[in-house]
Amino acid sequence: MLIQVLFHIFAVILLLAALGMITARNPVYSALALVMCFVTSAAIWLLIEAEFLAVVLVLVYVGAVMVLFLFVVMMLDINLAELRQGFTRFAWLGWVTAAAVIVEIAGVVWARGGLGSTIDARAGLVPLPAGYSNTQALGSVLYTRYAYPFELAAVLLLVAIVAAIALTMRRRSGLKQQDIGRQVAVRREDRVRLVKMDAEKRP
Amino acid sequence: MINPAKLWFALPDYGRSTVWIVVITLVLIVSVALLTLWERKVIGWMQLRRGPNRVRIFGLLPGVGQPFADVVKLLLKEVIIPANANKVLFRIAPMIALIPAFAAWAVIPLSPEVVVSKADAGLLYLLSLTSMGVYGVIVAGWATNSKYAFLGAMRSAAQMVAYEIAMGFALVGVLMAAGSMNLGTIVRTQEGGFLAWNWFWLFPLLMVYFISGVAETNRAPFDVAEGESEIVAGFHVEYSGIAFALFFLAEYANMILISALTAVFFFGGWQGPFQGWPLLGDTFLGQPSFFWFGLKIFVFLFFFLWFRATFPRYRYDQIMRLGWKALIPVTLVWIAVEMLLAAYRIGPWARPWYH
Repeated sequence: MLIQVLFHIFAVILLLAALGMITARNPVYSALALVMCFVTSAAIWLLIEAEFLAVVLVLVYVGAVMVLFLFVVMMLDINLAELRQGFTRFAWLGWVTAAAVIVEIAGVVWARGGLGSTIDARAGLVPLPAGYSNTQALGSVLYTRYAYPFELAAVLLLVAIVAAIALTMRRRSGLKQQDIGRQVAVRREDRVRLVKMDAEKRP
Repeated sequence: MINPAKLWFALPDYGRSTVWIVVITLVLIVSVALLTLWERKVIGWMQLRRGPNRVRIFGLLPGVGQPFADVVKLLLKEVIIPANANKVLFRIAPMIALIPAFAAWAVIPLSPEVVVSKADAGLLYLLSLTSMGVYGVIVAGWATNSKYAFLGAMRSAAQMVAYEIAMGFALVGVLMAAGSMNLGTIVRTQEGGFLAWNWFWLFPLLMVYFISGVAETNRAPFDVAEGESEIVAGFHVEYSGIAFALFFLAEYANMILISALTAVFFFGGWQGPFQGWPLLGDTFLGQPSFFWFGLKIFVFLFFFLWFRATFPRYRYDQIMRLGWKALIPVTLVWIAVEMLLAAYRIGPWARPWYH
């Protein structure tokens, strides 16, 4: 009962935050609404005892990805009046995407929950056994059955990182650069000279 | 006549948790007040001054009334909101900063019996909450609509994202040694006296963790987000009164949190230092209790203050270099070393239950 009440509260917040994310004119508000979306979906995942996924969602998306997003969005010089013109120009594209996603979700639900499937949506949530560890279960399939897809994804990400760095790095000539090794190797004697002087002139 | 002990055990689980949450929050707030006093006193002594010594409580203990007088002062001051600030976010930012600093205490085992939540993914929960601390800072910096505040926020965001990685890798090492992400289990696996605590086999990770912890809380020598000499006070330059006090509270609560986590991950939490030793093991010195946990927190808090009194501020580019090019490689190398130790069953991996 409590879980259902909590679910509905979180679901309403999630939907409002999602709506706010796509309707807000100010990109910073959009980003913050998206953060709200992530946090509430993590809470909903917690309700179905998927605590590992929930915490990782917050850790990766809220803690790292969205911080960098905000970082960039805040530095943009945004002219709100300019943004307001033609705000709905691409609305049809959004509607098409939304329709496609809805059809996909309905298809999955129909295929898994419809004809002769093992999932009974009306039965509600089945509590997990006491000693069950989400993290352990995920780890034991990820590193055995799905080891190759996992490695592939890791290599892909690595390639993406290298590509991003290679694309944005330019070497300009005539640039003054620090030599960190030399900075670290500096000793006091190289920079400071103690001079002994008399307080008054010698007679 | 109601028997308090009977009443306590008659409470349902959530009732007891609620009581503990209230107790922990109140104790934390009072500890922050006393910590500010202790900081000013310690730095005063290190600089051959007296520190605060005027305001008394009930005519006793000169100086102890100072933090409480400061609280009253901050509460009575006007909260000034700049004309061009984003009013809503400007008000929300201090609260966003405060929430993770307090919510993290939910999974910390305070003594063998007392913990609010025995979450299995406790370690990940802590990592995700500490990573959310940055939002208060960047939202404040942006909402203020001022150059200095924004510069401070940007510095702090970059710094916190960078040091989180080193912190996470250091915790991977702890996870490997304990074989669990439950904080209670992590403490329990370190039983057997102070040489069995994780600091011995994970010493480089301890160093990385504590340095990253100091950087995550934006404390000296990594306090460029505030940087009085360059950007006045960084992200909270326009905050006054109680709004500023909330940022202050969050910063000090985070310091206490990092000290507590260092104690839990590397120094055996509530374990006594002479546990299992002949003679000493049966006395108070060997018994697990909250006293040991509190003592360890106190020692690490002293380190924070000591650093502040000792080190000059880091240059910003050097902070970035230290995080990315020194701390992260150290953690990666030590994780590889741990793999070897685990393969040959040395140290914490020699325990029979591990394999």
